[in-house]
Amino acid sequence: MKNGVLFHVTAAVSGVIFGIGLAIARMTDPQKVRDFLDLAAIPDGGWDPSLAFVMGGGVLVGLVGLRLDRLLRKPVAAVSFVRSDRSGIDGRLLLGSAIFGVGWGLSGFCPGPAVADLGLIPQSVFIFVVAMFAASWATGIYLHRRDHDEETAAHAAPG
Amino acid sequence: MENFTPLTATIGGILIGLAATMLWVFNGRTAGISNIAGTVVPLRQGSVLWRVLFLAGLPVGAVIGSSVGPAIFAEIPTTLPELGLTPIGLVIAGVLVGVGTRLGNGCTSGHGVCGLARLSPRSFTAVGVFMATAVVTVFIVRHVVT
Repeated sequence: MKNGVLFHVTAAVSGVIFGIGLAIARMTDPQKVRDFLDLAAIPDGGWDPSLAFVMGGGVLVGLVGLRLDRLLRKPVAAVSFVRSDRSGIDGRLLLGSAIFGVGWGLSGFCPGPAVADLGLIPQSVFIFVVAMFAASWATGIYLHRRDHDEETAAHAAPG
Repeated sequence: MENFTPLTATIGGILIGLAATMLWVFNGRTAGISNIAGTVVPLRQGSVLWRVLFLAGLPVGAVIGSSVGPAIFAEIPTTLPELGLTPIGLVIAGVLVGVGTRLGNGCTSGHGVCGLARLSPRSFTAVGVFMATAVVTVFIVRHVVT
């Protein structure tokens, strides 16, 4: 099998397994997600800690799995491991995460479960996914242009 | 805690971790949904198809998990998820999630699973912040406004 084919088959299969995991864990149910975030329900026993176990299970596997690159020169079906080029804790990370949390709390949806729910409740989740993608892309284009302008300005500045 | 489902939550989490491991070992990519979806634009050659295939796999997997899951685990209900929001509320929340994950470079999968597993200080910070604002938001919506 050509590497390009394996690369794309892997992407699709990984997405399917990810989606099965979300459904088994019921993270596709926004009410269950909000039941985790509802810490005020702890005293009367209504709190649902399940989401912490989902993250815990994923992190435990990832602690090993996401370190396997140390044993490999390159990925099985790609040229190189693509790592985040961002480092350090900046205002963008804090502001973005804060805004995301508000949207997550309001709806009970983060990006993965919202896209996965297109298979279960497409009519109701569709509008959320469209708004999320449009906003994400618009923000990405804005950031891309801003960074480009800053680069240009830095080069134009007298040394 | 009558809704607490630790068994299926852990098994689901392990499957998510395996999916992320597979994407990393084979493709050298991080299974962060917001980054996979959000960086489709601006378009770059050779970077679109695998993202679309991964994202298309999510609803397929959700359908499989929701049909097979209840047959294996009694704690998984067969009912479909319900939304607690009006369409306008969904649009507002969708915009906040889209803008926030793009600015913050990650969501519950990228920062919350992959970033924590890599022990990234950025991801620990991001998870702390979005958990905090989400908890405050749910508190206001469920216990203050209503």
